[in-house]
Amino acid sequence: MRELTCIGCPLGCSVRVFEEDGQLRVEGNTCPRGETYAKNEVLCPKRTVTSTVAVHGGTVSRLSVRTRSDIPKEKIFACMEEIQAVCVDAPVHIGDIVLPDVAGTGVPLIATKDVEKE
Amino acid sequence: MKQHDLIVIGGGPAGLAAAVAARRAGVQDVLILERDHVLGGILNQCIHNGFGLHTFKEELTGPEYAARFIAQVKEEDIPYRLGATVISITRDKTVTYVSREEGLVQVGAKALILAMGCRERPRGALNIPGRRPAGIFSAGTAQRLMNIEGYQVGREVVILGSGDIGLIMARRMTLEGAKVKVVAELMPYSGGLKRNIVQCLDDFGIPLKLSHTVVEIHGRERLTGVTLAQVDENRRPIQGTEEYYACDTLLLSVGLLPENELTRALDVRMSRVTNGPEVNDRLQTDCEGVFACGNVLHVHDLVDFVSEEAALAGRNAAAYILSQLPAGDTVTITADGGVRYTVPQKLDPDNMADTVTVRFRVADVYRDRFVCVYCNGERIRRIKKRVLAPGEMEQVVLKKSELKQPLSSLRICTEVE
Repeated sequence: MRELTCIGCPLGCSVRVFEEDGQLRVEGNTCPRGETYAKNEVLCPKRTVTSTVAVHGGTVSRLSVRTRSDIPKEKIFACMEEIQAVCVDAPVHIGDIVLPDVAGTGVPLIATKDVEKE
Repeated sequence: MKQHDLIVIGGGPAGLAAAVAARRAGVQDVLILERDHVLGGILNQCIHNGFGLHTFKEELTGPEYAARFIAQVKEEDIPYRLGATVISITRDKTVTYVSREEGLVQVGAKALILAMGCRERPRGALNIPGRRPAGIFSAGTAQRLMNIEGYQVGREVVILGSGDIGLIMARRMTLEGAKVKVVAELMPYSGGLKRNIVQCLDDFGIPLKLSHTVVEIHGRERLTGVTLAQVDENRRPIQGTEEYYACDTLLLSVGLLPENELTRALDVRMSRVTNGPEVNDRLQTDCEGVFACGNVLHVHDLVDFVSEEAALAGRNAAAYILSQLPAGDTVTITADGGVRYTVPQKLDPDNMADTVTVRFRVADVYRDRFVCVYCNGERIRRIKKRVLAPGEMEQVVLKKSELKQPLSSLRICTEVE
């Protein structure tokens, strides 16, 4: 059994997920969104990771980045490790690919701001 | 003195959206004054995602959201000054600012839009006993140091206050290798969005201690630890519940204060609840031609609503400049029964738009209540709410057609079954 807080709306239902004969059963949700959320959270929780990387020769020293889409939650720290090793050269623009495949997820890491050459 | 049609004070999300909306409504001569060296305001340091779901139907980070609006300002070719700090505004709409390039400058305008945002409540406002070692930051300061300047800030962290910035920083510091030991919240409920509690604390197993506060700061040069204690219903520490946490960093996320020093000099009516100016349904203060929007008006949870509100202020400022803004008598919107305030505070029933969005916050966490609107003493709206919380801004959209004419009173409240 796992207990989760649904984030579908401000209500924040406390939902419990039970595994019975390979099937997931959700309790405590007040709407179908709660069930979908809880099942996804148990089967394949995903998150977008945002951070910064070093940038050389730019007007500022840090470039903000994010994974282009959600990645599996258990890959968050592996993703951070790769992010911390990156240094890019200015100029960089929003949407530019910083890492093509972060932590073997198949998801690229992209820039979320423009940094012009100094 | 150079004259402009419209001066927008502040180049953050509110100022950008207001300036673009005013230009698109037909005002050619708009000037944005921004004290930072870039446009975008606080969004620049909010590198996390979750912005823009309402405005752009996609999840953006703060810098990406800002970039969309900055692009609109550039498309519209709206002039802006960076590094320009406004030091005074007057009722006749003379704006004085200082900048490194220009020195002291005075400019006049037909209308002003106040979009100065807010700042964090500092340690000095909290009366935490103890010494003053290094290592105590407001959450937003730590966010800037980390995300813009690239500093690590701290290794072992305690966070006081469960405002959204504190929650976001709990995750951010954890990702960068710090150990966030606990988030303590004075109130019996969190001040942050549910989503942030789950994704910033629960995801990383960071405990949230409600009804707890910091009662002692330890350390001489650098912080070495804090003592937390549980508080009673009067928010007084309970003897015997003290718990010591070793840490080198304490982040404070204990509320935001609209930055209205300039506004106060205008001698306009201020709300004691929002700490912002009172406005009518055109977002006009009681100084004619001076409009306000964004966090300087009232602190928002979502930037999308800031942009929407600011665009309304921009369109109305344009109408005022083009002499199209009707001025009629206003009715005060009374907030009670658990509703702490409304924005706008006043409504002009004769000249209001077909719909007016009234935003408000409630005083406590309420379950299974109704948000009700009374018009001339008669209930015209009763909206069922499963949950209402102070940390989540609410709104009702009033339709001109449903309001009784002549309108003598308007009241928004919550009611139990």
